[in-house]
This record gives sequence, structure tokens and C-alpha cells, in this order.
Amino acid sequence: MRQYILRRLLIAVPSLLGISLVLFTVLALAPGDPFAELVTNPNVPPEVAQALRTKFGLDDPVHVRYLRWLAAMTQGDWGFSFVSRMNVDTLILQRLPTTLYVIGSAQVLALLIAIPVGVFAATRPYSIFDQIANTLAFIGFSLPTFFTGLLFILVFSIKLDWLPFVYTTDIKATGIHWVIEQVRQAIMPVMVLGLFQAASMTRFVRSAMLDVIRLDYVTTARAKGLGQTRVIVKHAMRNAMIPVVTLVALQMPAVFGGAIVTEQIFRIPGIGSLLISSILSNDTPVVMAVTFVFACLVVLFNLIADVLYGWLDPRISLR
Amino acid sequence: MLDNELRTMIDEVKDGRMDRRAFVQHLIALGLTAPMATQILAVGGVAMAQSKAPYKPTKRGGGGPLKLLWWQGATLLNPHFATGTKDQDGSRLFYEPLASWDAAGNLCPILAAEIPSTQNGGLAADGKSVTWKLKPGVKWHDGKPFTADDVVFNWEYARDPATAALTIGVYQDITVEKVDDLTVRVLFKGPTPFWADAFVAVVGCILPKHLFADYKGAKSREAPNNLKPVGTGPYKFVEFKPGDLVRGEINPDYHMPNRPYFDTIEIKGGGDAVSAARAVIQTGEFDYAWNMQVEDEVLLRLEKGGKGKTVYTTGGDIEFIALNFTDPNTEIDGERSSIKTKHPLFSDPAVRKALALLVDRDAVQKHIYGRAGRTTASFLNGPEQFVSKNTKWEFSIEKATQLLEEAGWKAGADGIREKDGRKLKLLYQTSINGPRQKTQAIIKQACQKAGIDVELKSVVASVFFSSDVANPDTYSKFYADIEMFQIPMTQPDPAQHMRRFHSRFVATKENKWQGRNFPRWVNKEFDAAIDAAEAEVDPVKRAAFYIRANDIMWEDTVVIPVMHRLKVGAAVNSLRPVLSGWTNDTDNIQDWYREA
Amino acid sequence: MAGSTLAFPSAERRGYSPWRETWRRYRRHRLAVVSALLLLALIAVVVFGPLVWRVSINEIDFTARLEGPSLAHPFGTDDLGQDILARMIYGGRISLAVGLAAMAVAVIVGTLIGALAGMSRGALGHALMWLTDLFLSLPQLPLLLLLIYLFRDGLKAVFGPEGGIFILIVLVIGGLRWMPVARLVRAQFLSLREKEFVEAARALGASPMRQVVRHILPNAVGPVIIAGTIDVAAAIIAESTLSFLGLGFPPDTPTWGRLLFDAKDYLDIAAHWAMFPGGAIFIAVVAINFIGDGLRDALDARRVI
Repeated sequence: MRQYILRRLLIAVPSLLGISLVLFTVLALAPGDPFAELVTNPNVPPEVAQALRTKFGLDDPVHVRYLRWLAAMTQGDWGFSFVSRMNVDTLILQRLPTTLYVIGSAQVLALLIAIPVGVFAATRPYSIFDQIANTLAFIGFSLPTFFTGLLFILVFSIKLDWLPFVYTTDIKATGIHWVIEQVRQAIMPVMVLGLFQAASMTRFVRSAMLDVIRLDYVTTARAKGLGQTRVIVKHAMRNAMIPVVTLVALQMPAVFGGAIVTEQIFRIPGIGSLLISSILSNDTPVVMAVTFVFACLVVLFNLIADVLYGWLDPRISLR
Repeated sequence: MLDNELRTMIDEVKDGRMDRRAFVQHLIALGLTAPMATQILAVGGVAMAQSKAPYKPTKRGGGGPLKLLWWQGATLLNPHFATGTKDQDGSRLFYEPLASWDAAGNLCPILAAEIPSTQNGGLAADGKSVTWKLKPGVKWHDGKPFTADDVVFNWEYARDPATAALTIGVYQDITVEKVDDLTVRVLFKGPTPFWADAFVAVVGCILPKHLFADYKGAKSREAPNNLKPVGTGPYKFVEFKPGDLVRGEINPDYHMPNRPYFDTIEIKGGGDAVSAARAVIQTGEFDYAWNMQVEDEVLLRLEKGGKGKTVYTTGGDIEFIALNFTDPNTEIDGERSSIKTKHPLFSDPAVRKALALLVDRDAVQKHIYGRAGRTTASFLNGPEQFVSKNTKWEFSIEKATQLLEEAGWKAGADGIREKDGRKLKLLYQTSINGPRQKTQAIIKQACQKAGIDVELKSVVASVFFSSDVANPDTYSKFYADIEMFQIPMTQPDPAQHMRRFHSRFVATKENKWQGRNFPRWVNKEFDAAIDAAEAEVDPVKRAAFYIRANDIMWEDTVVIPVMHRLKVGAAVNSLRPVLSGWTNDTDNIQDWYREA
Repeated sequence: MAGSTLAFPSAERRGYSPWRETWRRYRRHRLAVVSALLLLALIAVVVFGPLVWRVSINEIDFTARLEGPSLAHPFGTDDLGQDILARMIYGGRISLAVGLAAMAVAVIVGTLIGALAGMSRGALGHALMWLTDLFLSLPQLPLLLLLIYLFRDGLKAVFGPEGGIFILIVLVIGGLRWMPVARLVRAQFLSLREKEFVEAARALGASPMRQVVRHILPNAVGPVIIAGTIDVAAAIIAESTLSFLGLGFPPDTPTWGRLLFDAKDYLDIAAHWAMFPGGAIFIAVVAINFIGDGLRDALDARRVI
């Protein structure tokens, strides 16, 4: 097993290099301009924007820019933002705690809802509980977060005036009040995002459980009287976890990557909103850094998932 | 006809034979408005009355926090690097220019002791230099004195191409010299009728020499104070998170009496305009929100809640449709919309005129822009002395139809008009923006009724306004028949605004589409009017040239003005923001206060 | 799924073809049948609706702005006074077609790649997982802008403006959503291919193709169906985002996602504007989901109905 992990980690290095090359090319070729806002301003002559492009090396060929980026990266230099004119790692680190707090809580919420509801619904398929859970799940993924977010704001902030809808990073209070405020302002974004993800995850958990539970009926019927049931159930439950593990592994990188729409609606200064504003202003060094870290996490969690498969079902041969 | 009379009167005011008020009243009697009269005096070289915004607070501070909500957060705090309004607004809390613009487009001194004029000897008679007197006793936030050296340094800093300052355009063609510790002189290469550019308002913010002297040129990005501003402004820097938050606290040594009123200030960034309006008008979580590009319908409903209201300021921003004078579908030497081609449909003036008749500005104003727009037939809408009274717009599908019929454009089997095998089919592009897409829908419908088929296209703003040479969707490449967007006027003077349609600025492949004349319109008479205006020191003659230039554009249907747009903000009821359509929202931030 | 016995042989002995057997089982699933009819009805409405409801989709009428449902406008009007029912009928064609086609692309590509990666024991598996990881890491917005820029005019020239954009949208949405399916399918395959019944089939000389199609795939189809139904909803919404970026249909094309997006700022003024498109998406999602459930139950041979 240890050898397997080591080998996978070694393979990860060239595969990440390959991914970074593709990412960089896409970003470099994508249309847009970090200085677009200057263009209609009659005060700024067009030569200025052109000079800036040259200064930041935007007119160099893509491969030259990639090699420059790679060389800097290996020395731990994450790059320099065109737009903010500061180091990219500072920008990202500033946003990380908020992202981990809000998006992380949303993911936890999604799991806490999805697993029990999914399992329970699967034990009583087509019961009233199952029907309600399903309907809510359908509504959950039919409605996009830009819509539910707004609905929450209208109800909880404007009609009821219970919760603030502008996320602040500099809460004035101290001690317990600080904690309360911190929780209060995170409730709506966490709910919006968590419920959206819980909706689809519940469906997956239910489906996976349904598969093994049905199997269980058959087996139990066949093995009437034999004390093997518990063994089989234990074995089967483990199998049902495989899709769930896959899904969680797919979701985890988002804890770093943030949630663009939700962050935008509630003005959460997370990595998602940094990413989108950097993309819209074509601030390539920032976009590259964020997506590259994201790519590393995708690869890492894929590896973790594979290791977990082996643990859940020892017959899976890891190679 | 008015010219001589006016000039005599201006001279009388200059010599003190007539007082300002009498002059203004004379002009009002002649049918002009008061701000216009003061403007004529101002550019005529007469000292302006200082801004008379009533400022009520009688002591400094005590106003609590001021919470501002910008739906795009500032990304940097060095005013010379500001890429957009959001950055300029953030840094303006801490840094100050010599003077700023008030609502009427008058200059108000900030770091200057007085506004230069011919009377006080600040303006040279030949229009080739301006002398600024600085306010004595001003201190930077770190306690060092503010002097003429700082002003001169900012000129050196910005004009150095290695600094990569975005204000380089303002400073590269002038010379700045120190006369004494509190006097600087700005020298121009030729007679410059509009002298209030360098060191004024948003592009004029002044950095402290003692903190930035080591970071001029290529090292500019390393300056630690790029992120920690030390200025002369009403608020001292506390905290900055790019794209999210700018925070400041009161400057107890501020150089204006009883100012500022608020103890702390913050600008929160991000989100969208509608929810920003909600946070101010509906819940009052914030005191002021900027740039409310929201349908008036929505704003009106929000205002019924009663915690806040929208505020409007008038400048010269114009939303318009430009017509392509070249053919976007023919490629010549690898260039579409080449100046060597002629537009197959628009080369017939009747088609251009018909199109102008099909823009229902009333409907656009009433149902989309509401209070934030005024209908207009002029490209140049301010300041008042430059506004033409000779243009008049009309919406009439019948007249457009008639015009097209007479010109020989007959409806084909599919209802689309055609002539000599050319069908009246237009590609209409704009940037992605709610009100613009609705305007497109309204105009498309009118065109359809007149037998013109319109295909709509919208491009993401960051691409549409890009200067990226490789991209075909930019407004300057103009690979469409008509396009619509807004050109802002960033100062109360038409020189920059009108110059772009001069034929020497035609956008071509050769100049990498950086030419600003994107309709690729060439008109000798217009060129002559602009050339004459730019060398004209006499304000009245100069205004007449710009009015003529505007009228030529209308007669030739180069652009179809749609809306003269106002700036819209949202403020809670108790706040008294001091705003101007001629500058950024925070340019007079020291004068903001709250009334119970 | 992890079956140790097979029901197929017995079914064949009774003289039924597996497909007829599947159909028989599907018909027993009442919700699935109702849903299939519902989806057909929805498709019929958007296809034949304009023949019945002859109101123009972009007739602007400022005297009837933001009106609630009435006889003249059964679904009300939007802020330009345009009839929402007519717009929904028109936009529904695009939304349903895009949703279903993009779902098909995502499911087919995902299943194919996941199955190949799950069966392969060598470099191919690694390469396919690398590809999946790559697609998962690509930032979508710049990629979309790049795709529009590269392919829009070319596709327009080949397939005409409407067809070209449709193909581009379906490929883009499907092409960016197959990765979860691939991961899920691969995970199922890794586990299933070691099961006794597959080993038995292998021992009996079944070709890898037969092992996959007859034995593994039917047992791995559960998560695929769920992912498929979620993708339909996601694709309908994603289409509106695309048109917002200038990649989709022209901005005045009233697809369901687009209507929902336009309506959001008027939620407290004119709730009907959002309700109808939101409801339509919901109905489509529910119908497709139950059809999927029915299919799964019908394919799942162990379940006795």
C-alpha cells in the first residue's frame, strides 16, 4: 500500500506539470485584457494600455510566458498580480480563512444532511418520508444558487430582518459577540450552498444504499437462518460508500476553490470571488495560481479516494 | 452674434467693472442657465466663486462610522495605478489633489490655497502656463510637511514610462517646476485652453515624495506604501483587503476646519448593484452605494421602503449607437472594417437617417433608465456652454419607412427591405449589461416594423472593451454594423470627448485598432472644427467650435445619441453626500456629513 | 449491485427477450410511466405550442408591464410587457433540447471514459484519470471565452447560426460535466470487476466487452442515472449563464434559465415571472428523474416486480 501511494505521488508530478501547461495555455489564449477598464476612459491614451501590456509581458509568446511562470513557481514565487500590483500568495492567503470557514461549513452541512436522509430514505423506498425527501431534493437542484440566495435575502434579511446579508470581515465586536456575529452572517450562505449540494448528494446516497439494501433482501431470503446477515450487511454497507466517497472527493477541492455565485451574492471575500474578478479582469497570475492549487487538490483527492476504495473493498486491486 | 457682447462682458468682469452676479443675471436674461454663466466666466479666466456647498457640522469628528458599499471593491490604493473608478475612489480617501470639481463643474481648492485665475496671476495670458499656490501648513499623515517638492515629484513619478503609471497621459506632455516651497508652475507646450487636468481631481492625487522617492520607475511595484497609503486626506489608512475592504479613521490634523465629520470610514466591495441598493435603501446596513446601474422600476419599488433614496448627479456621460462607416464583412489585407471600404448600406445617408428615426428614446428613458437618463440628440451634453441647441431627435416609424421608400429600399418577400440585391440586415452589438439588452430589444422591434432586420449580439464587457489585438469582438475593431455603449466624460471639458472622431484617429490594423475613431468616419469640416477648437484660447469661440462639431456629427448621423446618462447613487436618508457628475463619488469626501 | 447471483439466465429460460422484460418491468413503475407521459407532454407543448398560442415572443407592450397572470397573458408579462407564456414555449424548445442533449453527452462520455478507466489495468487508466483531473481543474469561464473565440464563427459557417450555436452549447456543457460521471463509473467498475459473477463470466470465456455490457454496466447504472438527472437541471441553468457570456443564443432568446435570471431582481415585485420558468425546470427534472428511476428498476434484474 505504501509503495502504491508513493508511486502515485511520483506520477502526480509529471501529470500536474501537464495540467499546468494546459491551464496556462487556455488562460493565455483566452480573450480579454487586464486593462479593459482604461479603454473607454478618454483621459488615458491608448498607448498607455499598450505600454502596460508590454511591461507585464502580455505580448510575449505563450511558451516564453509559461517557462517564466514555471521557473518562478519552482522558486516559490507565485507571481505578481497585474491588477492589484501585489504578490499573488498574499492575495490568496488573505482570502483563505473565510473560504475555509464558509465553504467548509457548507460542505459539512451537505454531508450531515445527505447521508442520514439518503440512508433513511433508502430503507423505506417510496414511503412518505422518501417522497418528501426526493421532492425537496429535486427542488434543490432545479433552482440555481443565484435564485435561492436572493430568496433567502428577501425573506430573512428584508422581510424578517433577522440576518445581515453583507458579509463583513472586520466585525467590531469581541469575545462571544464576535462568535455570534460570525455565525449569524454565515448562516445564509452556508444554507444556500449546503442545501444545494445536499440535494444532489442525498440522491446519490439514497441510490447507493438502495442498491445494497435490495441485495440484502435477496441474500437474507436465501440465507434464511444463517448468522451471516451481519457480515453481509457490513460488507454491503462498505460497498455503498464507494459512490459517496467518490462524490466527497469530487467536492473537497471546492473548499479551497470557493463558490463563485454564492460568494458574489453575499459579498463573501473568498477565493471564488477573487477568482471571478481576476478572470473578468484577466489577471492571469492570480487565476493561474488559484487554478493550479485547485488542480493539485483535485489530483490529491483523487488519490485519497482510490486509497479509500481499497480500504472499503479489499478486493479492489491497487496498481 | 452673442460672441462680441459676451466677450465685452467677460472683460468687464475681469476688470472689475461688472460684478459676477450681474454677469450671471445678464446671461440668465439671455436664456442661459446660472451654472453655464459661471462656466463661461471660469474658462474665460475669471476666478470662480468657491463651492458654496453648505457644510453644517461645527466640529471635527463625532459622526460615527461612514459605511460605503461599492459593488466592485478597490483592488489597489496607489492613485497613479488606478485602473478604474473603484481604485480611484478607494485611494481618494487618503490622497488628495490640488483641487476637485463640484457639482456645477467648478474647481474647488483642496491642497491649493486658491484656484489659479488671470486675476490672481495664476493663469498666463498666452495660455501656456498655470501657477498653483499651495495651502500652507498641510501635513502628511506621518507628520511631515506637504510642499512643492511633493507636487513636482508626482509629475516626475507619473511621466516616467518605467513607473507604468496610468496617469502618464496627463503628465507626459507638461513640465512642472518649483517656484518656491509653496508654489509650482505647470508649463504647457502650446496654448492650452483647458488647463485643469494635471493635479486636479482623480488623476491629480498627490503621493508623498519622502515615501515614494526611492520607488520611482521600474521599482514602483516594490513600494511598501502602495498598500499602506500615507496621504493628506481626511482619513488615515487602517486596513486594506484588495477587492473586499478599505478602512480608514479620522485624520485629527486635517487641513480643513470642522472636517471630516465621520470618525471612521469603510468601503466594502463586491456583489451586484441591485443588492447594494437593497443594503442601503431597504435595510440601511450601509450609508451609501455607488453606481446604481439598476432599472428605475426596481429602484422606485425599493424606495417605497423608506430608509434611503437614490441621488442623481449630472455630467456628460453619453450612451449612444455608433454606425460603422466601413464594411465589416469584407476583408482587405487581413482587416475587416477597413478604412479602404465603404459600408454597403450606410453609404446611403437615408439609411442612417432612417435608423436615427427608429430609436425610441422616450421609451428607453421611461422604461429603462428612468430618472438616470435624459433623452438627447447631441453627443456632447455638457458642460452647458458646449451643448448644442440645434439638434432635435424624433421617433417615427412612418417617417423612417417613407425615407427608405423614397431612397429606393423596397420590401422584399420576407418583409425585409432591399435595394440592388443588398438587404437591410444589421448586426447590432453591445456589451453585456441588463439595460443595454433591453434597449436592443426596443430598437430591434422598431427596426423590424420599418423593414430592417436586426441581429443582436452581446459581448462580455471585459472582452468588448479590451485592447487585445487578437480579439475580434472589441468595440474598436467594430466587426458589426452598429454598436452601442457609453463613453464617460471624466472632466467638464469636451476636448478629450470630441477629439476621438478626428480622422487622424481612425482605428486601423496599422495602429493596432488603438485609434479612437471607431466608426471610421472621416469628415474634413469636423476635423477643421476640432483643430480650431484645440488651439483657441477664447472660451466663447472655442465653445462655438465644439457646438459646430457636435452638429456636424448629428447631420452626418455618425452616432445616434440614445441617453444622456446621469450618475446614480443610493444614500440613506440622513446622509448628506457631496457629489458631482464631473468627478468620482469620493472626490469631495471631506464634505460629507450626516443630519439627524 | 454487488450481486453474487444472476437473474438473467432464468429470465431467458422463460422465453422473454431481455428488452421486452425491461419494458414489462418499466410499465409496472407507475410514476415512471406518468413521468414519461409528462415529459412527452412538455415536449409536445414546446413543439406545437406556437400553433395554438399565437402571441409574439418579443412584442413589447409598455402598457402591460409586469402584469400577473390573466386571460390575455396566462403566465403574466415581464418588464417590457412581453408575454411570458409565449416566451416560455419558445425558450422551452431550446432549454429542453439543450438539457437533454447535454445530459446525453455528459453521461455517454463519462460512462465511456469511466468504464475504460475502470477496466484498464495499465497506462490507459492512468491517462484517462489524468484527463478527468485536467477537466476538473480547468477554470470554466476563460475556457468558455476561449472556445467562443476559437469556434463560434467556424461552427456558424458550417451549421448555420442556430445549429452551430446549439452544437457548441451542447458540446460545451456536456464536455464540462462528464467528469463526475466518469469518476463514479470508474469507482463502481473497480469494485464490480472483482466480483464473483464477473469472475464467473470471465472464467466462462466472456469477452471484456460482454463482461462490461452484460454484467458490470447494468450494476453500475444507478449513480449514472442520478448524475444524468442532475445534469439536465444544471445544463438548463448553465445555458443561461452561457448566453449571458455571449456564448449562447442571442441575448433576446428567452430560454428558461435566462428567464429565471432576468426575473431574479423582480422577485419581490413580480414573483410570477420567476415562478413559471422555475416550475418548468422543476417539472422537467422530476420527470426525467422518475424515468431514470423506472429504467434503473427495470434494468435491475434482481428486483422482483
